[in-house]
Amino acid sequence: MINTQAVPAPETPSGRRLPGDLAIWFFILAEMLAFAVFFAAYAFARAKNVEMFNTYQHTLDRNLGALNTFLLITGSWFVVLAVQAAHKDNRPAIARNLLLGWLCGGGFLVVKVIEYAAKFGAGISMSTNTFYMFYISLTFFHFMHVILGMVILTILWVQARKGVYGSHDAHGLESGAAYWHMVDLLWIVLFPLVYVMR
Amino acid sequence: MELLKNPAHRAWIILMIATVVTWYLGEVGAAGTTSIIAMLLIAFVKGRLVILDFMELREAPRMWRILLEGWLILVSSLILLAYWISLT
Repeated sequence: MINTQAVPAPETPSGRRLPGDLAIWFFILAEMLAFAVFFAAYAFARAKNVEMFNTYQHTLDRNLGALNTFLLITGSWFVVLAVQAAHKDNRPAIARNLLLGWLCGGGFLVVKVIEYAAKFGAGISMSTNTFYMFYISLTFFHFMHVILGMVILTILWVQARKGVYGSHDAHGLESGAAYWHMVDLLWIVLFPLVYVMR
Repeated sequence: MELLKNPAHRAWIILMIATVVTWYLGEVGAAGTTSIIAMLLIAFVKGRLVILDFMELREAPRMWRILLEGWLILVSSLILLAYWISLT
């Protein structure tokens, strides 16, 4: 999906253009549908156990959840700046912004590990109750997507350092960026749903 | 305001403010129908900014905009439906 040889998404006669490769958008859509099912499963499971979900939601660290929202949004923003830099042929800014975006992702993982350490340290596991089962599996599923996003950003950074991207070709960069923004988009729903809504 | 001419900068500022609002609603212990609807609306606005200004789908073929924005509406509706069921 970050192969620069991949077929670019077709341009429509109206001049409307889909950034990146068409394939990545189908992949993103499939991922988003999987998360939609997961989010709905959480919401409907909660409907059957409102008191229990509300009680245990109080044990989650909302500050760390909000901090992670800041990190993912800012990481996404840096990656947009990398794409914009590519269109302006500002090569050093592409790699720099990708690195900054990657660091935000790294910050997210560190915060999440701190959060998990506190929960697991308190003896909480998937089998503790339905709420924690959802909390751990949903956030961990998302965690894995952050890791994949960072692997993609690493590849983009290496390619950017080689001078692959510019106004002549930014498809690979745009495809990877789109995936990274999806990770952000999913957290924007996950955070209020699991940490705040009651 | 040179800074605000770039849609990405504008989106980032709004996303930051919206995140603080959601966090604050949690701090004051907001609960119930009004706060759930408020949080879903905030998530919708945030998600839409990510789709249009970060993913840059504003100028993309309409089908893709509709698919991703439709996903936001679908997920918000399901969460709201589940919430209403929990009230009965």
